[in-house]
Amino acid sequence: MNAARAYAEMDLLRFSTAGSVDDGKSTLIGRLLYDTKSIFQDQMEQIEGASRRLGEEGVNLALLTDGLRAEREQKITIDVAYRYFATPKRKFIIADTPGHVQYTRNMVTGASTADLAIILIDARKGVLTQSKRHAFITSLLGIPHVIVAVNKMDLVAWSEGVFDQIKGEFGEFSKKLELKHITYVPMSALLGDNVVEASENMPWFQGGPLLHRLETATVGGRRNSIDFRFPVQYVIRPNQNFRGFSGTVASGTVQPGEEVVALPSGFSSQVRTIETFDGPKRVAEPGDAVVLTLEDELDVSRGEMLVRKKNVPTVGNRFEAYLCWMNEASMNSDTPYVLLHTTREVQAFVERLEYRVDVDTLHRESVQTLALNEIGRVDITTSMPIFYDPYRVNNATGSFILMDPHTNVTVAAGMIRGEVRRMEGRKPGTASVKAISRPVSPHVTWEGWNIPREEREARSGHRAMVVWFTGISGTGKTTIAREVERRLFAGGVQTMLLDGDHIRHGLCGDLGFSREDRSENIRRVGEVAKLFFEQGCVVLCAFVSPYRRGREAVRALFPADRFVEVYVHAPLEVLRERDPKGLYAKLERREIESLTGAGSAYELPLSPEIELDTHAQGLEDGIAAILARVRDIDTSGHREPR
Amino acid sequence: MKRAIQGHLQQLENESVHVIREVAAQFERPYLLFSGGKDSIVLSWLARKAFHPAPIPFPLLHIDTGHNFPETLEFRDWYVKEMGYDLEVRYVQDSIDQGRVQEETGSSASRNALQTVTLLDALKELRADAALGGARRDEEKARAKERFFSHRDTFGQWDPKNQRPELWNLYNGRKNFGEHFRVFPISNWTEMDIWQYIDLEEIPIPNLYYSHEREVVERDGILLACTEFIQLRTEELSSVRRVRFRTIGDATCTGAFESEAASVEAIIQETAAARITERGGRSDDKRSEAAMEDRKRQGYF
Repeated sequence: MNAARAYAEMDLLRFSTAGSVDDGKSTLIGRLLYDTKSIFQDQMEQIEGASRRLGEEGVNLALLTDGLRAEREQKITIDVAYRYFATPKRKFIIADTPGHVQYTRNMVTGASTADLAIILIDARKGVLTQSKRHAFITSLLGIPHVIVAVNKMDLVAWSEGVFDQIKGEFGEFSKKLELKHITYVPMSALLGDNVVEASENMPWFQGGPLLHRLETATVGGRRNSIDFRFPVQYVIRPNQNFRGFSGTVASGTVQPGEEVVALPSGFSSQVRTIETFDGPKRVAEPGDAVVLTLEDELDVSRGEMLVRKKNVPTVGNRFEAYLCWMNEASMNSDTPYVLLHTTREVQAFVERLEYRVDVDTLHRESVQTLALNEIGRVDITTSMPIFYDPYRVNNATGSFILMDPHTNVTVAAGMIRGEVRRMEGRKPGTASVKAISRPVSPHVTWEGWNIPREEREARSGHRAMVVWFTGISGTGKTTIAREVERRLFAGGVQTMLLDGDHIRHGLCGDLGFSREDRSENIRRVGEVAKLFFEQGCVVLCAFVSPYRRGREAVRALFPADRFVEVYVHAPLEVLRERDPKGLYAKLERREIESLTGAGSAYELPLSPEIELDTHAQGLEDGIAAILARVRDIDTSGHREPR
Repeated sequence: MKRAIQGHLQQLENESVHVIREVAAQFERPYLLFSGGKDSIVLSWLARKAFHPAPIPFPLLHIDTGHNFPETLEFRDWYVKEMGYDLEVRYVQDSIDQGRVQEETGSSASRNALQTVTLLDALKELRADAALGGARRDEEKARAKERFFSHRDTFGQWDPKNQRPELWNLYNGRKNFGEHFRVFPISNWTEMDIWQYIDLEEIPIPNLYYSHEREVVERDGILLACTEFIQLRTEELSSVRRVRFRTIGDATCTGAFESEAASVEAIIQETAAARITERGGRSDDKRSEAAMEDRKRQGYF
């Protein structure tokens, strides 16, 4: 096999290294480069000369990585440095992050693209505060693999006991974090034990040297291959006959012929071709930089996103996030920052600072602002909606940066947690807030359901499902839902119907009709529907549910194929005429101030599974359409609901 | 038959294409700095891929020191025509004639440093707001800390201690009027990656990279080609040897080395076995330990 081809079959692993100078980080990197023959003779001569001038004994391998004059003079590393080496199996990119100055900012930067993190621990010192800090940032940035390198084993007489103790201690601490795939390697970077070659001094360790771990760790663990997201980067239009949308597949895959929806417009089309310079592709995968052409002439531009109809990200302008502040000027809640998310740029305010995390202790502290190198939990509001997923699920659509509108510099890096779950206008600490804040129940451990839904479904013979009817008042949502339920029930299906009146009289009796209260109402309904769903029911929910964000949040509670959104509508004149509850009349008499759809905003669904015009179609058609949709819920094959 | 790229080269190509498209999307008047060397050839190749089937939406810019190897210029003109690129050329000689710069004197005289003035003048004249360059982080230690999107102030200067953090694949190209960006889409490529890519993609390169016979003189441990730009010192003797170049810059400061590698594949094998870095033959880098950083701060490539 020729050399070019052999090299061309390697893959690529990006890793970050964290640890201070004292932990021997530079020595470790120098050792990796030296032992894999990635340091050249003239580089070696250069650092030998520099070491002598600095009056050091031996060769200071750290000088290889300290590239800037100020760094060499002050003997510190200021910035993230990128280093490259390759073995016959793999090409490696090291993001070497400095130990002290600008620590958090640099480590977050280096960690943002890493597939693996090496956390160095000095065997003599054990798990220090800073090791915990490294672990926290690794967890926060979602690096898929962690190698804990217990270094300087030569100074603890190659003791297995010391190694085991550090392993236990780190393991215990990491339980508080979301670290996956932790491995431990005892080593001496100085002497080369367990770096590239297995150590003869530690026969008790059979895990293999560090390089072996680096060569065999799976790459691409950050990539989400399920949820297709294609942020449009640049429109390619050489002539009237060709309109291509260039971009990098953020996650998921797509093939020609598949239906896609453009956000935020909601227009749909099919992918015609996946174009590249080297010819059309049959499939585009995460990370592929391609050009998509569509069957229809859609007007899509940079900052918009192509997704699948049945799998859309959250479309919203308010979300919770972790923010790492990276600028000397502290965070200011009055500044309209510029937020860059995928290829979309919008204005953003940091609306609320929930707490700051002490990165050393993981304690949450109540503070007024975030300063340089601090990390906190915030709520962000944007001027225009963005299309996002939680960072945990999808790094590419869950990450963003904030830029200062005046100085233009990047001031913060953010990781989206999800929608804002809190209600506004209520003071924290009141009973209702405690009751509704979903993620803040630290003492409740999630154990899963005692009897899993699948078992219940097996017994009932049909799958659970949620059918969500949305639309303005008087369109016939409840009428249709009641009839659908009646027919399903007659066919032996376990059902439950939730509508506005039931819920408003009990569970949500404390809520009014402000925007916040409406959102909270829908959130509670979603959770109740979830309980019935888990119990195995086909749950029919009939709610005006005017806000897209609220509906999308409910959708997100359920598996994609178990949630059917039914958008029910009719012309306004017809509704005024029907007016079953007399609401339109009340509005005219000004007994009520506003009515959704008639003066108060109703946000149209972007891609409902079913759309019914009850004026044009008549009720029976609508009912048939829904039943057809629900019909394939049968799991046993012999009992088809009618 | 052309072999499909895969593995790490595919990933590097994807990353570079993403960055190049980001430039087209975020800037109004970008230029691609083209020297006729292998890195800028690969960069322009990637740009062509990025916008296919449309042509590259920005021109190439060459800063001609007047000390180029004739082979480089010949290749440049052929390649640009072949690929259908637009090319602008600006001359260091013009900067000298206008009194913008003072030419170095002596037998080691180089126009390398003078290019910076011509480059900055050209960017200003062309109202360029971004200049794409083929610099790689593995070339030199100051470049190891360079960003993909590197901000330059109104004087074209780089402030290495105050760089914008760069996370995920989110590139901040915001700037004030008069400032510009240098963008380095192939930052993460190594010399080996470049050669493998040239091999697999069958990209044409100047003949200077292949082994050939040439009259050279050894100076300060470097083999310099005998051209009209080099004055032999009294004690120096030239000789004809089989050499090739690992980088292509000015004839006055780019060292050749003895090699039999006459094909890209042979070059790859030689590179794999090499014990000297690629810029080890560049006398411009040897002027001091921070030579590259100092030039970069002033606005060098």
